[in-house]
This record gives sequence, C-alpha cells and structure tokens, in this order.
Amino acid sequence: MAQRTRSQQADRIRHLLETEGDAVHANASSFDTQREAAYSATDDLEALRTEARSIKEDAIDRLPELLETAREAVEANGGTVYVADDAADANAYVADVVHTESEEHGITGDDDTPSVVKSKSMTTEEIDLNEALAAAGIDITETDLGEWVLQVADDTPSHIVGPAMHLERAEIAELFNERFDPDEPFETAEELTQFARDYLADHIQEADVGITGANFVVADSGTITLVTNEGNARKCAVTPDTHVAIAGVEKLIPTLSDLEPFVDLIAKSATGQSIAQYVTMLSPPTDSPTLSFDDPEEPTTTGDEAKADRDFHLVLLDNGRMDMREDDQLRETLYCIRCGACSNSCANFQSVGGHGFGGETYSGGIATGWEAGVHGQESAAEFNDLCTGCSRCVDACPVKIDIPWINTVVRDRINRSEDPAATDFLVDGLTPDMEEGGLDLGKRFFGNIGTAAKAASATAPVSNWLADADPVRGLLERTLGIDRRRDLPAFQRESLVDWFEKRGGAAASSRRASRGADVDIDREVVLYPDVYTNYVDVDRGKAAVRTLEALGVPVQVPDLPESGRAALSQGMVATADRQASRLFASLAEDLDADRDVVVVEPSDLAAMHREYERLLPERSFERLRDRSYEICEFVYGLLENGADPSALSNGNGAEPVTYHSHCQQRTLDLEAPTVAVLERCGYAPETTSAECCGMAGSFGYKREYYELSVDVGERLAEQIDGAKTVVASGTSCGDQLEGLLERDVPHPIELLAPGYRV
Amino acid sequence: MTVDTIGRFERALEGLEVGFERVPAADASERIETIVEEPAVGAPLPFEGATLPESVTTTPTTADLERARTGITPVGFAIAEYGTVAIESTADGAEPISLYPDRHVAVVAESDVVPNLSAGFDRLESQFERGRDSVVFATGRSATADMGDLVHGVHGPGAVDVIVLEDR
Repeated sequence: MAQRTRSQQADRIRHLLETEGDAVHANASSFDTQREAAYSATDDLEALRTEARSIKEDAIDRLPELLETAREAVEANGGTVYVADDAADANAYVADVVHTESEEHGITGDDDTPSVVKSKSMTTEEIDLNEALAAAGIDITETDLGEWVLQVADDTPSHIVGPAMHLERAEIAELFNERFDPDEPFETAEELTQFARDYLADHIQEADVGITGANFVVADSGTITLVTNEGNARKCAVTPDTHVAIAGVEKLIPTLSDLEPFVDLIAKSATGQSIAQYVTMLSPPTDSPTLSFDDPEEPTTTGDEAKADRDFHLVLLDNGRMDMREDDQLRETLYCIRCGACSNSCANFQSVGGHGFGGETYSGGIATGWEAGVHGQESAAEFNDLCTGCSRCVDACPVKIDIPWINTVVRDRINRSEDPAATDFLVDGLTPDMEEGGLDLGKRFFGNIGTAAKAASATAPVSNWLADADPVRGLLERTLGIDRRRDLPAFQRESLVDWFEKRGGAAASSRRASRGADVDIDREVVLYPDVYTNYVDVDRGKAAVRTLEALGVPVQVPDLPESGRAALSQGMVATADRQASRLFASLAEDLDADRDVVVVEPSDLAAMHREYERLLPERSFERLRDRSYEICEFVYGLLENGADPSALSNGNGAEPVTYHSHCQQRTLDLEAPTVAVLERCGYAPETTSAECCGMAGSFGYKREYYELSVDVGERLAEQIDGAKTVVASGTSCGDQLEGLLERDVPHPIELLAPGYRV
Repeated sequence: MTVDTIGRFERALEGLEVGFERVPAADASERIETIVEEPAVGAPLPFEGATLPESVTTTPTTADLERARTGITPVGFAIAEYGTVAIESTADGAEPISLYPDRHVAVVAESDVVPNLSAGFDRLESQFERGRDSVVFATGRSATADMGDLVHGVHGPGAVDVIVLEDR
C-alpha cells in the first residue's frame, strides 16, 4: 500500500468528516457515555479489570499448552481442531469443510451451490473469508444485520462492534429500496429489521454450514463463547448440522471460571449494557436436535442420534499472533477482547470513524497493534498518527492495555523503516536527537521542539514576526507540514528560568515563602520548566511560583532537560529514553534531598508517571513518580495540610468558572484536585465532558490533521461557549480553545495566583 | 433463596421489559395457557407437578417450530442481578424452541434463582462437571440498533416471559 501524501490524507479525512462523521459520532459517543455509566455502577470494576488482565497474561504466556488442551477437549467432545498458519491456510480449510459436507449430505436449498451463513466475526474479515469462499464457488451470507448491510452495500466495517456504525438509517433505507425493490418503500428501522429478519431466516434455514467467530474459547472444556444481541450467532451455530468456529489463537483461556470476569465486562465495555442479550457457551457438537427445513414434517431427531448428526470444526488462527507473543511491545495486543471501548472513547475516532482510523481490518486505538501484527507495519502506518497519545482509552480498556504505548512503539518502528533521505545529513547536525535517518522532517521538528523553542526565544520577537510572515508559513507548510491556518505559539524573549534568576533565584524565593505563610509547611519545590512554560506561556510558570511562595513553599526553577514528551509523540523512543535519563539525573539530588517536583504541563507529568516506567530503571521511575505532582494537585495538598487559601486570589464564593481539564490529567485522576482547589478558593467550577480538545501537541499543527483537530475542538468549544471565565490545564487545550473561542484561556493556576483579578 | 433475590430478579426483568409471574407448580399449566399465543411448541417441564398445557406440541417437527408463535422451555437456573435465564442445549430441543418463535416463555424453579453472576458461574461449573456443557445466558429480548434505531426481535424472540415456580 503506497503512502498517501499530506494533501491526499487531508482530502480523505475531510471526505470522511463530511460523509461518515455525524453517524459515527452519534453512535460511538453514546456507546462511550453508556460505558462510563456502566463502569461507575460496577462496585468491583478495578478488581474485575485487574483479574481479566491477569487471566489474559497467563493465557498468552501458556498459549502453546492451551492449544493442546483445547485440541484434546474438542476432540473428546467429537469435534475437530485445525490450527491455521495464515489466511490462505484457514480459508482453504473452511472451503474444504463446506465442500466435503455438501458432498456427503447433499446440498440443502434449491440450487447446486453450497451455502454458508455467517455470524459477525472480525477474524474472518481479517482473512477475507467471504472472498475466498466465493472464489471456491460457495454462497455466503452475513446474518448480523450490520454486517449484512455492508455485504449488500459492498462496504467494509468501520467499527469492531458496530460494523455499519457509519451509515444512517436513511442511507440503509435507500440502499435496500434500490436493491430489493419492495412494494412499499422501506422507511423505519422496524420495517428494515423485519425485512432483514425474514430474508436472513430463509438463508439460515437453507444453509449447509454455519460459521461463527468466538469471543472466548475455554481450553479445558472445548467451550466456545459467543456474545451477541441479535441471536444470529445462536442460529448459525445450531441450525445447520455443521458448525465452523473461527478464532484467533489468543481467544483461548484456561478454564470455565476464567470466563466469568469477561462475561461480566465485555458488554459493559462495548455498549454499556450490564450483560449482552445472549452469551452462548457451546461445547459442540451439542445435544440440540438438528433441524431439517428441507423435510419440515419430520420430527426433529432426539437423543444421541442428534449428536452423531452434528459436525463441529474449530479453526484457530495464528496469522502472526505467535510472533506477536514473542514481541515484548506487541504482546499486550493479544489481551484485547475486541470490545471497541478504545474506539468509542477516542475523540479522533468519534470524528472520522474506522475508515479513517483503521487499517485493512481493525480500527480504533488497538488497531495499530493488530494491524502491525497480522497485516504488517505498512497497514498500521496508514492511520497510526491518528492516535495523539491522549490516553483516554487507557481507562476504557477492560484489560488495561497501554494502547498509547503500542501506538508510540509502532510509530517508532515506522520511523525507522523509512529510507534515509539525501538531505538527512543537513538535519542530523542540527538536531540533538537519537534517531536514524529517514524520519519525516515534520516529526523530527516536533520531536526536537525544545531546541527550536530555545532558539526562537533567544531571537524573539524577530522569530515570532518572521514565523508569521507569509513566505515563512509557506515554507513551514511545505517542509514540515505545519498548517498555515494554525496560530503559532509566540515565544517570549525572557524565559521562566531567566525571570526566576533575575528576581533572586532560590534564595529570594525562600525569603518570600517565609514571609508568606503562618503555617509551617516544611516542603521545598523544584518547579519543572517544560518547554512551553519556559519559553511560551511564561505567565503560568510565574503564577505557579507566586502561588507556591504565597502558601509558604520555597521554589527553585533550574534549567532542566526536556521530558521526552515531544519526542514520544513523534514515536522517537530512543530520543525520549535519553531525555528521560538526563532529566532523572538532573533531579536525582533534589529527590534525595526530599524536594518535591511540581509540573505545570499535564502531558509532562503523564510522561513521568506513565511512560517513564518503560524508559527508566524501576527504582528511578518510582522515586520520580512518587515525588512529582501536578501544580494544582500540589496546591490541593498544601491547603489540606493547613495552608491558608486567603493568600490566593479568591472568587466571591460562587464565582462561575468553566474548567477544561486535560486528557492525560484525567487519566491520572487529577481533574478532581483542581476542581477542589477552585472550590476552596471561592469559585464554582463546571467541568467539561468533551473527550479531548483535538489538538494534542503537534497533532493539530499538521496540515493533514488540521480540519480533524478543529472538528474535535468544536465539540468542546460548543460546551464552553458563553462561559464568563474559561481555564484549561494543558498547553494544547489552551491553544486550541483560544483559537476557537478567540479569547484568553489561562491555566487555573493563573486564576489562583495572588494578584489575579477576574 | 431469599425473597430479596426474587425481588431483584423481578426488578431486573422489569427493566428488560420481560414478563414475570410467580406461581405454585400446580398452577403453572393454567398460567402458561394465559400467556401463550398459539401455535405453541415446548420442551417438557422437569418440575414435579408442573405440566405444559395440552395445546403445546412437545415433539415438534421443523415445520411446527417454524410456525410456532410461542416456545416454552424450562431453564436450568436464573441470575437475579441481570435478569438472565440459562437455557440448556438439550436433546428435546430447548435451544431452538427458545430461539425460533417470537415469544419465549421460560420456566424456572424459585430455588434455582441465584443472586448474581458469580453464583451463576458456580452453578454453571457444577453443570459442566455433570456433563451439561452447552448453555445460553439469555437476558431480555433479541435486539439490534444496526438499522438506525433500537428494534427488538431480530433473529431471536421479541417477547419474553419468565415464570417462577415458587414452591420449587
């Protein structure tokens, strides 16, 4: 698959926003809202998620052994297991089963073509089973209504759970009216559903073989579990006398009791239902009598005779999975239970859907891992950039997969697979990163933003003026892909670190702090000057310093290395790794001296609290994590320990403030402390519920994603419209909101700092 | 078995828009008769003193199954928390009888209503040990939103009633 150019990608995203965006947004966001409600109504949710993850960890670890256990169990029941290496192998086996079956028992139905009915299965989409069976002269009919609509429309699934989510009712009605030419045109969902039910019932009755997927396979009893709402999986499994179930090898779990947390979680995470309508646990061949619609007046057979009539084949598909199991970074993908929660919680997915945010088969956040594993990196490269690392999917995933990390790793691998350009030697000397040649220039620029910011600050305001000039914007767009419609940050001539030194540094801060408070709070803070706070939004850094001093805490603002956040966003893992080590080394003495590290930018704190686990030795990671805090979280702690809020800027007791937290801050459960501090200081904060601002660092600057980022941002802007005071914790949230609302959007700490007036 | 579990079951079924009746086994036949829409097919009830109405065909042909508007089956157990009934794949056809007709009437002994999913899995495991290893947890009515709006009764029943035998 050839890579699209920036402008082709921009056109494609614009097209999807226009044609599928509304339907996907309506469906995905309502699933997500219902999931949140179902999760919060579950008492032991965290315990369930932890248990589910550990069952999967264990199962994938023991996979070869479970394969043998499952084979023995299914064979003891009277069925057959086939382990297929790849798509061609699986498809050939299934075609063979269908042909053998129809030769042995004759063809059911009116013509000479063997027929198959199928229940929804992403795994069979992965191997293009329908095309392979059609090529082998077999009729195949999808029976899940969504899948069948796609089959009629010759379209592809756009969502793991709701495959036809991108189509609106009127579009389906138009399609059906054209295709089936009914006496009375279809209009309502009831009419369409009734027609589909009758049409598909005939196909199910006449089918020679029923094919299903399997949500889980219990190895020691040979039980396959099918989770559905419509009932078609049950019909496909028990109506024809031959049943073929196709599942990835990762669906194996050891015992029946291991199934319980998944049955409890899967519908909650997928659609917010407490349990799906039908959780079918079959250890085929089953005792159910076979039905003979060809000979309708025959009594349905009973007893052992029925069991003998039934035939069952379990096809377990490898197709790259056993290699994923050996891959330390992709292994987690195999824990996925394909509930779609990562898609539903993703702001970008909600705008473009799986046709934009997906590869050959799989879509949404976890699709990067699946596509890289089963179809190869190129398929993942198509859409991998659409993950902004906001981490909102992390809390949604029922098996706690670190989806943003998988996306980062795959991005890194894609970066490394590019051929070095002839001009790379020019860039190599200028950027201090650890990357090899071939990296996209735009990625390289954003990954090294600290270096650029330092230079721009040193030459401000000339650099700002220059950057805004038309020829320069054109150049930035052509070379780095920075959309010219996006406002660039204005770099300050005086950095936060310089300002802090000029006013007397740590010694002056100590004096101010000792004047500030009556309560003796024995803490010292190192305020982390992230790139943005240091060079662009210096005011929020100053506000943080003044707030801490007013509450009696002395502050230091040393010149510290970059956190690696920017490099991680571009998939530059080696660069981020080196930066993390340097930052830890710079802070080690402060940590030993029991100083607290306070961070203004939530994405930098998220790097320290989440990604550093992958980049630093365990003890270093834990030391930094345990002593680093988000600024408002730290202020909350001070107020809880007796610091006096009257030293800060206070509202009138019910001063309305609209507060937009930050995606990664919410994942770290740090929205609540900011809200609590605002309340303590006389404000009445209202929080926003929109998932993300759609900016997420470099994402919104890039030409191909500009319109998508605005689309996502507008959902947030609509919630905020009309509010008197708006504050936001994140850099990119603030930038995006200022652009859309055309007003100042300060950090909450600026509102709280002494001397601020609403 | 506490009354509270039955209350919880009733409330869960109400939320699913599933009918709920609690009767002595001796009255089951009469009560079922008032619910069924004919023609009806059924799997024999294994509860002492409880019988199916005479009009119900218990050894259905495929054509009977196709024509039937109501299917009546016993269920092994029920889970109060979610309003779930556990339908077994038996040789007398409980699985297709519960699936093909528009209306499913499930009959369960009160002593087989367990409080929650966890207790349900305990029951399931003991069934598996005894060799009954194909079971459907059915909760509410067949549903889809694939045609743009929520519609019930797609491939499975669009109406469900549960009859709890209070003395069993």
